[in-house]
Amino acid sequence: MNLTLKIWRQKNAKTKGKMVDYPIKDVSPDMSFLEMLDVLNGQLITNGDEPVSFDHDCREGICGSCSLQINGEPHGPDRGVTTCQLHMRMFNDGDTIFIEPFRAKAFPVIKDLIVDRSAFDRIQQAGGFISVNTSGNTIDANTIPINKHDADDAFSAATCIGCGACVAACKNASAMLFVGAKVSQYALLPQGEIEATDRVLNMVKQMDVEGFGNCTNTGACEIECPKGISLKNIARLNVEYLKASF
Amino acid sequence: MSGILNSSIGRKFAMALSALFLMIFILQHFSINILSVFSPDTFNNVSHFMGTFWLVQFVLQPILILGVLFHFIMGFVLEIRNNRARQKSYIKDNGNAKSTWMSRNMIWSGGFILIFLIIHFIDFWIPEINTKYIVGDASGLQDPNNIDSGFRYYEELVHKFEPLWRVALYCVGFIFLALHLLHGFSSSFQSIGANNKYTRGLKGFGKVYAVGIPLGFIFIAVYHHLSH
Repeated sequence: MNLTLKIWRQKNAKTKGKMVDYPIKDVSPDMSFLEMLDVLNGQLITNGDEPVSFDHDCREGICGSCSLQINGEPHGPDRGVTTCQLHMRMFNDGDTIFIEPFRAKAFPVIKDLIVDRSAFDRIQQAGGFISVNTSGNTIDANTIPINKHDADDAFSAATCIGCGACVAACKNASAMLFVGAKVSQYALLPQGEIEATDRVLNMVKQMDVEGFGNCTNTGACEIECPKGISLKNIARLNVEYLKASF
Repeated sequence: MSGILNSSIGRKFAMALSALFLMIFILQHFSINILSVFSPDTFNNVSHFMGTFWLVQFVLQPILILGVLFHFIMGFVLEIRNNRARQKSYIKDNGNAKSTWMSRNMIWSGGFILIFLIIHFIDFWIPEINTKYIVGDASGLQDPNNIDSGFRYYEELVHKFEPLWRVALYCVGFIFLALHLLHGFSSSFQSIGANNKYTRGLKGFGKVYAVGIPLGFIFIAVYHHLSH
């Protein structure tokens, strides 16, 4: 396939970026999107140009490192996959592909397509944990009975990889799907009950401090989430927050 | 509980409660208005009751006005804050792939409803308040000096929908109301945390409500225009 890539180039956080066109030839439909960018970078380096910076790590769809807004959608046009699992067969020969960084005030651009998503880390640090005695007398998880339905919902919430696609997809740059998932995974389990009140209040407070927008229930986050995190988690977040507030 | 309205979730919860309140009011408003099609006398009697009963006039009406004002002001506040959360837009954004037009444009449908509401207040509410509390005529009669003249509410309603331009204006207003409700109905339940096994049914009912009620209002306006 021969493609035209329109890629956001920005030297650093302080400079103004712009879209730059890169024609690329003989792209295999079996390549992943990141492999295609690797090929492009190989060409740029050969020509003495600055390669395009982008985030990646495991390339197996589980680390949440890769991002990229591709043709107006986080992680591109495929559903339930991260950018590293997106394959070039989703595109057609002759296509023009727009590649931009995730956009949010809370996700400032560091360079080219790399954004700073440490806001998620700070939200997690504010309450996304449980206090467990790990000094040798840890209680086996299976000694506490948990009904199957709650266990499944908690596990589904816990599959959130914190990639930020929910923020990128939302017209308000809201992080409520991420926070909803992180609150839900503990709220549904007895191990999370003790710190439930502080957890939700502190995580929502940090989310607001970071400058994320407000959820208006468009559902874009759920559609674009590579792990299929449900909007039910936002509803649960709302209930948990109200319970903790009154 | 302190400062709940300063939090993002607290604000959207309050927004949802005001929306649910307004949706109940719209249903009540429609239930009374549709009487004008089937029974002008019943419409007159109910209108007079609503217009003179102290609980409606001095308790529910101020709550309604506050609810409307709160919903609009909070809507604009949230829109401004949400715009701040993304200072740079995407060069290419495929919004249709991930959400409905209605859900992305609540501020526009809401803005047009606000304009419509102002016109509606000028048409009906302000003259009514003027007659009752400025002129001092709370009789509700067409001729306050003639007890046999009958109530004026039905005649006033019919008279308002004589000009075609006003019927067209109201139809446009109700179309924006339908667009707003198509997202707003289910959204308000999601915001108060109600996402469960009833959600699918509720969404279906919401679509019927969102289309049915505005369509009913349009029917009332067109009916009175054509039949008089």
